Amino acid sequence: MPASVTNFATHFFVLGDPLIYGADASIVLVTLAILFVLTYFKKWGWLWREWLTTVDHKKIGIMYLIAALLMFFRGGVDAILMRTQLVWPGMHFLQSEHYNEIFTTHGTIMILFMAMPFIFAMFNIAVPLQIGARDVAFPYLNAISFWMFFFGAMLLNLSFVIGGSPDAGWVSYPPLAGPEYSIGPGENFYLLALQISGIGSMGTGINFFVTILKMRAPGMTLMRMPLFCWSVLAASILIILAFPALTAALALLLFDRLAGSHFFTMLAGGNPMMYINLFWVWGHPEVYIVVLPAFGIFSEVVATFSRKRTFGYASMVASLMTIVVLSYLVWAHHFFTMGAGPGVNSFFALASMIIGIPTGVKVFNWLFTMYRGRIRMTAPMLWTVGFIPNFVIGGATGVMLASAPTDYQYHNSYFLIAHFHQVLIGGVVYGMLAGMYYWWPKMFGHMLNERWARHAFWWFNIGFYVCFMPQYLVGLMGMTRRIYDYPGDMGWNTLNLVSTIGAYMMGIGFILLVLDVVYSIFYGERDKTGDPWDGRTLEWSLPSPAPHYNFARIPIVTARDAWWIMKEARRGDLTDVSTTEGVESVRVTQSKQTAPQSLKQSGPLQPIHMPKDSGRPFVLSVCFFIFGWGLVFQWYWMAIPGFLGILASLLARSFEKETSYHIPVEEIEKTEAAYGRL
Amino acid sequence: MNKPFWTKWRHLMFVLLVPLVTSGCGERYLVLNPAGPVARIEQRLIILTIVMVLIVVIPVIILTAVIVARYRDRPDRTAPYMPEWSESKVLEVVWWGIPIVIIGIIGTFTVRDTFRLVKPQLPEAPLTIQVTSLNWKWLFQYPDQNIATVNYCKIPTNRPVEFVLTSDAPMNSFWVPQLGGQEYTMPGMAMRLWLQADKPGVYFGHGANFTGKGYAKMAFDVVATDAQGFDQWTKQVKASAPPLTKQGYKNLTTKQDIVGKQEFSSFPPGMFEADIRINGGMYMKHQLKEATD
Ligand code: HEM
Ligand SMILES: [Cu+2]
Repeated sequence: MPASVTNFATHFFVLGDPLIYGADASIVLVTLAILFVLTYFKKWGWLWREWLTTVDHKKIGIMYLIAALLMFFRGGVDAILMRTQLVWPGMHFLQSEHYNEIFTTHGTIMILFMAMPFIFAMFNIAVPLQIGARDVAFPYLNAISFWMFFFGAMLLNLSFVIGGSPDAGWVSYPPLAGPEYSIGPGENFYLLALQISGIGSMGTGINFFVTILKMRAPGMTLMRMPLFCWSVLAASILIILAFPALTAALALLLFDRLAGSHFFTMLAGGNPMMYINLFWVWGHPEVYIVVLPAFGIFSEVVATFSRKRTFGYASMVASLMTIVVLSYLVWAHHFFTMGAGPGVNSFFALASMIIGIPTGVKVFNWLFTMYRGRIRMTAPMLWTVGFIPNFVIGGATGVMLASAPTDYQYHNSYFLIAHFHQVLIGGVVYGMLAGMYYWWPKMFGHMLNERWARHAFWWFNIGFYVCFMPQYLVGLMGMTRRIYDYPGDMGWNTLNLVSTIGAYMMGIGFILLVLDVVYSIFYGERDKTGDPWDGRTLEWSLPSPAPHYNFARIPIVTARDAWWIMKEARRGDLTDVSTTEGVESVRVTQSKQTAPQSLKQSGPLQPIHMPKDSGRPFVLSVCFFIFGWGLVFQWYWMAIPGFLGILASLLARSFEKETSYHIPVEEIEKTEAAYGRL
Repeated sequence: MNKPFWTKWRHLMFVLLVPLVTSGCGERYLVLNPAGPVARIEQRLIILTIVMVLIVVIPVIILTAVIVARYRDRPDRTAPYMPEWSESKVLEVVWWGIPIVIIGIIGTFTVRDTFRLVKPQLPEAPLTIQVTSLNWKWLFQYPDQNIATVNYCKIPTNRPVEFVLTSDAPMNSFWVPQLGGQEYTMPGMAMRLWLQADKPGVYFGHGANFTGKGYAKMAFDVVATDAQGFDQWTKQVKASAPPLTKQGYKNLTTKQDIVGKQEFSSFPPGMFEADIRINGGMYMKHQLKEATD
């Protein structure tokens, strides 16, 4: 082979490591398998028509969910690899370089490509149904958001086998991530993958902000919205105002790397501290972007499975909004040790701690929603109840970290690692899993098996404590983060061993969860009623899965917990209310008077106005992928056509006239009849 | 490690009793075993915050367990059921109030200590040590003694030490848990950290901010001896160690490797300041002043 070819190959493909060859092989095999199955069963047309071109929020939600679970798997494998390397000092499982790549991709994938699509899955699945809308405000943009996320994630994941993964940490601070110390394409992958998927996130933020403000069914005032919608509104505001900071930080760092500018090098007058600030101006709101929707899900789940109204609704809304405002004012708590004066550190310390107040209030409100309820310990409720102690401890250690002088000791140690895993896993992951179990029947028309779910939960939950409690301790013993090996004489060994055992337990929990899904696809109880949990909000008024147009007639909302009230009115009695306290019966009577007779309102059906499917979001995102790939390797012959493709796709859209159509009444009648709802 | 069986399992016990780990149980908990005033201020604040947050954490966890146990939906359940009960001014005031009070207390002490730790009252002239983080080693220069060391430094006990921190490599962080919390080392900048050791000992230090391949091996020791021992040591280094030349420094920085402990009897004058200047300090006048004054 000519030298130039070998030279190219060694730089392009990552060679010389069994792990990488394993990944290569599995990628090739999986791709071949998918291609084979699609071709063999003649599913290409189906894939294109039903999924790649869809603008239906329900399908987009499902695609987000699948992507999130896959990424959870990938990030989880990363975690297991790291914990295996750390099981004992002096392990030779991973070399330093690979460990560094793996913790970088682990963090990046878990936050950007697991947590983000997971929350977007929940946004898409639940919000339009909960507010009584037929789709989101901008369905076409919604599809663009998904595909941008998808191809951004692709870009990052391929870096493991082609070109080399980024290895400067998920925060990617210059100068380490700058051109001087990160040579090769790895860091470019990080920058472009985040940039591309970031555009998608921004789109989703705008989309749901508008959807919630403009698309609510008649009568659904803001204060009658389900709390999940409030939490999505809060997260959307955070996205819209925080992501531009990330975009700027990534773009400037990319200029430094590709165009030789000096925004973040100290040389020629740049300043790396600027990057650190910009990153966390986005980074702190980001952690609330992912946790607020989880809060929303917990609120829904707690009320439903306690058969009780949410306690302190107004207080819940107030604390959500307080958190939104405060989370822009705390970013510097991620670098108390960067030499800011005591005034600055005090300000950010106090602001950070103050966030703990509304957060604590929410916990009390969840508890008192359960209090004097009738608690059913179903799978979603298990994850919710499991979340509470986790989050209380995680929030408490958050407050401890926020106390600047003590943070000088915790910063960059395993104590910090334990904190944020407790809030991110105990908060976000538990929340998303609760939401997945909760809305699964609405998405797929069947339930997930409860027995498997319980096993999965207990393995995961106990594994969590076994894994992360020791990390608080080993942090106090002085163990720093991001080390692939550690001295054996510091007393850290046993704790690390225990932690690794916990990680494997969580892995087992995840496998059980996947098995639950597989089992239930075949044997899960089918949901014929559309309301398997005896729900309270409008999505449960629809059949499962909901028809393409969601609501044949847009419901008229008269109170909070709209569906519950409708059911109550239909039952037409107060027998459920076993209490005799005056206030309660008054309130029930009131709601009964104002409730409509039933959801099946009279009046003829109208044709329904729906957006047309389009393949262009997919094509546009492919062009972004090509453009990004070209920039990663600085192959401008590839980047430029990619860029032109982007422009062409945008242009084509603006000349498109027919972007929507009407579903005729006969078709609606047919669909509704098939559901037995006519 | 030939420790008795039970010492190993003691860790497991801690795992189960995390909330109780509040003070120096076991000298392995470096952060909780301060050897100097700075770390002690931080340790006291840590204990205070732990106690304060436990006031919320423990009752909430108990309350969760009790509520779930009592209101589980069972056929024979007699606990009251009030499906419409969703508001209580009194309760709401209580749980906005409790966190506010607790955060108020923690906040007050936080601000006090944040200001206390900026620069200590100095009863005597501090010893200055200039610290440079390199890939992947630590260089310590003693401008007054004109000696230098790598991957360890010696300090006299009971005398404040002023560490001036910079980096000639990616940003790192200088952390000696038993003497006090960390501070970043950044190229082109000079930052100050005052620490002090009360008793002789060998204190574990480690770079705390990731800098690439060899980062995991960036441990160093801070060895505290009495003043006499310190003087003896400087004399000995002066007498026996080789000098650090410009070329020698260049080798330290450009060879990205891991080395053991080293000593040097002298170093080129002004090297630390020059280093900050060429790494970008020239664009930040106040940084240069910081470094030189
Ligand atoms: C009670 C509220 C909270 C407070 C006061 C708090 C405080 C802090 C502080 C001060 C740090 C920086 C510590 C350091 O770098 O030394 C931190 C780190 C972090 N927190 Fe929290 N936190 C809270 C809740 C959360 C939540 C809800 C999440 C996510 C869902 C979260 C995720 C994180 C992450 C990811 C990091 C570390 C990022 C990194 O350095 O890689 N925190 N937190
Ligand atoms: Cu933060």
